[in-house]
Amino acid sequence: MLVNLISGDRPRSAILTVLLLGVLVCLAFAPFLFPGVRALDTAATICVFILLVASYDLLLGYTGIVSFAHTMFFGFGAYGVALASIHMERGWDALFVGTLAGALAAAVVAFVIGLFSLRVRAIFFAMITLAVASAVAVLVSQLFQLTGGEDGLTYQIPRELTPAFRLGEVFGVRINGRILNYYLVFFTCLALFLVLLRIVNSPFGSVLEAIRENDFRAEAIGYRVVAYRTAASCLSAAMAALAGSLYAIWLRYVGPDTTLSFEIMLDVLLMVVIGGMGTMYGAVLGAVIFVLAQNYLQNLMGAGAGLTADLPLIPQLLDPNRWLMWLGILFILSVYFFPTGIVGRLRSRK
Amino acid sequence: MSEPILALDGVVTDIGQYHILKGVSFEVPRGQVTMLLGRNGVGKTTTLRTIMGLWPARAGRILLDGEDIARAPVSNRAGQGVGFVPEDMGIFSDLTVEENMILAARSGPLDGARRDWLFAAFPPLRTFWRSEAGNLSGGQKQMLSIARAMAEERRLYLIDEPTKGLAPAIVSTMVGALRELKAQGASILMVEQNFSVARALGDRVVVMDDGVVVWTGTMAELAADTARQERLMGLSVEAH
Amino acid sequence: MSAAPDHTPTFARLSLADRLSLSAPYLLVPALVAIGFLVIGAPSSWLTLTVSGLAMGMMIFIMASGLTLVFGLMDIINFGHGAFISLGAFMGVSVLFWLSSWTGAPSLVLNVAAVLLAILAAMVFTGAIGWAFERVIVRPVYGSHLKQILITVGGLIVLEQAIHVVWGAEEIYLNRPEALRGSITFGNSALERYRILAVVIGLAIFVAMRLVLRRTKIGLIVRAGVQNGEMVEALGYRLKLVFIGVFIAGSALAGLGGVMWALYEQVITAGMGESMMILIFIVVIIGGLGSIEGAFIGAILVGLLQNYVAFLEPKVALISNIGLMTAILLWRPQGMMPVVKAK
Repeated sequence: MLVNLISGDRPRSAILTVLLLGVLVCLAFAPFLFPGVRALDTAATICVFILLVASYDLLLGYTGIVSFAHTMFFGFGAYGVALASIHMERGWDALFVGTLAGALAAAVVAFVIGLFSLRVRAIFFAMITLAVASAVAVLVSQLFQLTGGEDGLTYQIPRELTPAFRLGEVFGVRINGRILNYYLVFFTCLALFLVLLRIVNSPFGSVLEAIRENDFRAEAIGYRVVAYRTAASCLSAAMAALAGSLYAIWLRYVGPDTTLSFEIMLDVLLMVVIGGMGTMYGAVLGAVIFVLAQNYLQNLMGAGAGLTADLPLIPQLLDPNRWLMWLGILFILSVYFFPTGIVGRLRSRK
Repeated sequence: MSEPILALDGVVTDIGQYHILKGVSFEVPRGQVTMLLGRNGVGKTTTLRTIMGLWPARAGRILLDGEDIARAPVSNRAGQGVGFVPEDMGIFSDLTVEENMILAARSGPLDGARRDWLFAAFPPLRTFWRSEAGNLSGGQKQMLSIARAMAEERRLYLIDEPTKGLAPAIVSTMVGALRELKAQGASILMVEQNFSVARALGDRVVVMDDGVVVWTGTMAELAADTARQERLMGLSVEAH
Repeated sequence: MSAAPDHTPTFARLSLADRLSLSAPYLLVPALVAIGFLVIGAPSSWLTLTVSGLAMGMMIFIMASGLTLVFGLMDIINFGHGAFISLGAFMGVSVLFWLSSWTGAPSLVLNVAAVLLAILAAMVFTGAIGWAFERVIVRPVYGSHLKQILITVGGLIVLEQAIHVVWGAEEIYLNRPEALRGSITFGNSALERYRILAVVIGLAIFVAMRLVLRRTKIGLIVRAGVQNGEMVEALGYRLKLVFIGVFIAGSALAGLGGVMWALYEQVITAGMGESMMILIFIVVIIGGLGSIEGAFIGAILVGLLQNYVAFLEPKVALISNIGLMTAILLWRPQGMMPVVKAK
């Protein structure tokens, strides 16, 4: 039954199994295990990013094509919810409409991009997605009457999902709408993650992997490579949009910094690579490690910079703003030395 | 007989996960034309490409004048005196015929006498000297490819199917030019599917099957023995 | 020898349609200029916009040329190329600040000398960084596009952040040298001096590049290598060395483009190269990967369109280039002048 739920894709490593179960338990009981606003926020972010990274891995790891538009699709979902919540009555139907519209828009745009780029060369895809994504980012900041520009948008979500909605106390923890909201995010992400797991372990997923390994041969066997790649791209985009909608519901705010920026794109890339390309479980570990590091390691860097303030150069290098530089170095090293990521490593040691 | 110009000794080549050459050994005598024959897909082209270094030999030795070149980079071959006509002709189609020839003459500008000789052997090259090679017909491209290999004196010529897909008239031009090259005492290793061409040019024969050499001998021996031709290459009578 | 009997070689005559289709990309530029004239109406604004469009196009071409050649030659896509633009800009601007007595003097000779020195320093600097980048970042991932994209994006981030460490995180403002400020009037239109200079430099570089590619043996090797690298090796040339040379030259040109862009915008940031990369990718794609001429025409089209549209409707300027890319890919899925690869 459990094996069926994960589509027969066993972790195939004892340590990995323990880690994954640990993550699952921690996230499932996060409100009770880690009280506090910031901890819950971190947990929700991890949930959303697991889904976002897993959907990206469908493209990068399973299909072998690089997209730089994934955060754009993430943004579609987020802005969909935001705009629907602003322009419709506050309520569940606004969330529903916004989410659906975002996912649909993402799939359509992904289809059009795929039509133009995947038909010719997979490498076009990387360049075109980069161009389109940055054009959209510029557009969002320019059309500020609609999108709020750089400031972003805040909006209201159904009262049941806000802290103002109180239900009582369980195990000494006050249950309010915020916790309901967390569980909405958690269970939706879990369900969609299982869907993704099902997809990659289906015949469709096997074809994608065959294409990744040798697109020429896959075509020769009779698979329409372009159609499969485009389908993967659309699916991945729609999933990213759903993740974006959840994030927007959780944050009650959207802005370029939280959904559209190139920096988030890099974060996602790094999470996939660290966790392990071509395995959904890699997305879980990558997202958990990265979000935790981002939330807590930067403070450490700041402390380090403070301690070494008298030395030359080192404080500049440890400046929390240089966080991205270390990410870049880590990223290069991971691609060189751990191309299979943590999951690959764990699986290869028997 | 003097030392062979080229000797392969147990050459093994893998392409990806496939074992294409499974221990190829043969010799190319100096000043003669050696024909590399066999059915499609038995590793003839791979053998030439391995000699050029375009596929790395996993094992074995490739001796050019006694020196093992199996591990040397591709770009050393020309300096070692090997001229190469690949199966796909390897024409630089955006470059003019002249520019193709300039690149082939590594040691300096093509000397006049040699150019005239090549023009005589391949008249279209003169006509289209300053045109883009991409606009040449298939036969003209093949002429250019061979002329490129002949742009300089070489110790050894590796020629992969020079008559593939060509009209009979052009085939005879090609055979004429190669015969002239042979008359100058060139050492040639050639892959050829057209048996009448092979018989017209070849002195010696190496027959391959499934990645190994299955027969070596003289062309005279092979030409006289149709049963052997049938057995070795699945040649049909019409191919004569 | 047997003469070739009755085999009179004929060249496939190019029909008018073929010729038109070959020259169509070149015709797009005057077509766009003409459309611009009709849509904008006022001839003086049109001239100003056309000159600035050309200037922008030239600068983009300078930055894009290295990228497209590197791709053509070795099938390597370098997402880190933008970092060389930023590095060149910072290096060049540092030199200009250092030579502030020259740039401030009202002497054309001293001004131009300062700019040339800045350009030289930037090119040497980015060329050297490019060489190191090729060795450390790119070389280990030959043959794998996926890894190339990932690794070079990593390289882009690290280099950009290194600029923050060395030059600080703030943007730097600069003034053009005295003699390059202001504009000259031509009819009713004001043409900025610096833009004219940019057009001149860009044209000079394009012509020089074409001469090198057409008239020198190195150029022949590069062009041949773009089409069939294997055969170039078989003819005895070490393509790796040629490639490294092209990579260094391309990085140096990116640095040159960076200095020129810095003087154009009069402000530099570490991220400027990264944002330029978007236009550069569009140019390289519509031109046809690996094609210098394609990149040149593509860059001019992008520069002109960007300026015309920015004048008519500022908000859609960047989107207009996406539109241009879409239209061209609909017309020619491989770009305007794709390099014909052997095989």
